Amino acid sequence: MTAAISADGIRQRYGDVQAVDGVSLTVEAGEFYGILGPNGAGKTTTMEILEGVREPDEGRVELLGMAPWPRNPKLLPRIGVQFQASAFFRKLTARETIRTFASFYGVGPKRADAMLERVGLADKAETLTEQMSGGQAQRLSIACALAHDPELVFLDEPTTGLDPQARRNLWDLLRDINDEGRTVVLTTHYLDEAEVLCDRVSIMDHGRILHTGAPAALIREIDDTVRISVASGQLPVERARELLAAAGADVATLEDDTVSLSVSTRLPAPVLSVLAEQNALRGLEVRGATLEDVFLQLTGREFRA
Amino acid sequence: MTTTTSTEPKVPAPRGGSADAADGRERVSAFWSLSRAMLLGMKRDRTATFFILLFPLVFLVFFGSVTKGSSTPHAKVAQVGAVKLFDSMTGEGRSELDKVLTITRTDDEAGTLEKVRKGDFDAMITQGADGKVELRYTAADQVRAGALQGIFNSVVQEANQQATHQAPAYVVDAQQVEDKSLKPIQFLTPGLLGWAVATGAVFGAALTLVNWRKTKVLRRLRLAPISAGTVVSSRILVSLLTAFLQTGVFLVVATSFFGLKLTGNWWLVLPLVACATLAFMSIGLLAGSVARTEEAANGISQVIVLPMSFLSGSFFPMDGAPGWLQTVSKVMPLHYLVDSAQSVLTRGGGVTDALPTMGGLLLFAAVLTGIAWKLFRWEDA
Repeated sequence: MTAAISADGIRQRYGDVQAVDGVSLTVEAGEFYGILGPNGAGKTTTMEILEGVREPDEGRVELLGMAPWPRNPKLLPRIGVQFQASAFFRKLTARETIRTFASFYGVGPKRADAMLERVGLADKAETLTEQMSGGQAQRLSIACALAHDPELVFLDEPTTGLDPQARRNLWDLLRDINDEGRTVVLTTHYLDEAEVLCDRVSIMDHGRILHTGAPAALIREIDDTVRISVASGQLPVERARELLAAAGADVATLEDDTVSLSVSTRLPAPVLSVLAEQNALRGLEVRGATLEDVFLQLTGREFRA
Repeated sequence: MTTTTSTEPKVPAPRGGSADAADGRERVSAFWSLSRAMLLGMKRDRTATFFILLFPLVFLVFFGSVTKGSSTPHAKVAQVGAVKLFDSMTGEGRSELDKVLTITRTDDEAGTLEKVRKGDFDAMITQGADGKVELRYTAADQVRAGALQGIFNSVVQEANQQATHQAPAYVVDAQQVEDKSLKPIQFLTPGLLGWAVATGAVFGAALTLVNWRKTKVLRRLRLAPISAGTVVSSRILVSLLTAFLQTGVFLVVATSFFGLKLTGNWWLVLPLVACATLAFMSIGLLAGSVARTEEAANGISQVIVLPMSFLSGSFFPMDGAPGWLQTVSKVMPLHYLVDSAQSVLTRGGGVTDALPTMGGLLLFAAVLTGIAWKLFRWEDA
């Protein structure tokens, strides 16, 4: 079976900026694939090249075994693209919008209306797109991308700017779309989103893919540092340092920011027992590594969304 | 979210990209639905409706009312004391004179002269004992002043001639060639209609293109399996319908309220407007290809449409303009639309008058569309 996407050595330059600097990736059919990175990492340009709306300076792309550039009308019905901005015709209702876009694919009004219901917008069918909330517009945009039942779906930062409730609703929808057997490619700058949704994630920065893998595997691959924190004021930081050293604990960092006393370590057991002996467990939190730590590890800097 | 896969009757369609297989019974046309989407959007956009339909109509009503009935230079003349020349006139001669002049008798010469200066009267007439007729007129309205002098000269000459009791050696028989009803509305309607059609088509094409590029609707169209021909032809359909609507409204309003008289071949204005719409759309397409923002597209369109309208005689005839300005106006498609529309609407022009114009307009559209095609961008770079 051919891969849903295979890209090899794509590069794109805008003036002085090397937006995409040699990206190669393979997405298998049915996979939920994420491209994760801060703003300006080159995610959107990479997506545009994959979708076939931009010709790369260098490199080769194949979607479902076909080249997306130049425009390939045979390929177009098999892919669906959701846009970062809400690209709708002016002054149309949600129903008119999706029916119009569906008609471009020879899809009739019944299926278009069914898709509107599918994304939970049946009661907003007569609302002008200009009057919809951010979450509703995003869902309509996704519905428009899905109306013609594509096998490969591109989603560019679908949850940006949504409130937490709307994000979670959208996650459910995206998971369902993938469960139906569609290949989904998603860009995001939210680490939690990638962690929750994606089978595999590529971490991107400065136009390059730094690492690719399942979110859990990526986290496991880096040093599993555990971060232990308790409420401040139970144990002075100097005293803690002495006790931990005496107990032979391997401490990476130790700090007190006046709210919490935090310890990073690879071996949590001796640290926890020291804290227990001192009866300093109020507000205890033990947290494993996250994608944020992976990012920090890979780029040497904090993740900036 | 209340709707999930479990309640959704649809199962994933067999993969293979044939979307029509999912519901083959429903027939839809991308062309019609795209045209419908644009028409609905335009209908609901009050600003667009105002500028395309009502604004030109406001101009028509304004100009139509201002110039209504001012075409005959009827003059108000004050006669001080006895003027034998007029007083002795009787019968047909007198009634002809009353058609163009309203003569008021007064006795106060100084006061009347002041009234002429102020514009209450157009002229004052007195006659001395020696038979010399004195005319004092205001030149505030030069056409009327000229007409007045002409009238008085001819009245005086006729009287002189009669005094000699000789038949005149030369007679002038002057007659206007146009329909006697050639009132300002007869040239205002084609002119303002041309301006309205140009505004609608240029702005429509330019703003749509920029707006679609900016909001990425253009990208959506590009990613859908429809041809560029479908998109272009549905946009043309929308522009043509708009132009015909403008034409219809203009002709109805002008004939019903301002006494526009259409000549036999007036229907030829429809193919003329259609060809001109294509020419104006190509201007808009070019403006939209060059402009990056809607503001820029608006500005470029305005800079083209407004001078073109003035130079093409949309608002007033260009006959009096200097020669070089008339030459400039001859490269503008609106000039030909206004000219030919005037010809077929009010001067009895026929197919042979309209055909060369149509050909020229289509050629113009083809050339500009070609240039716009070269400059066309799908995306903001």
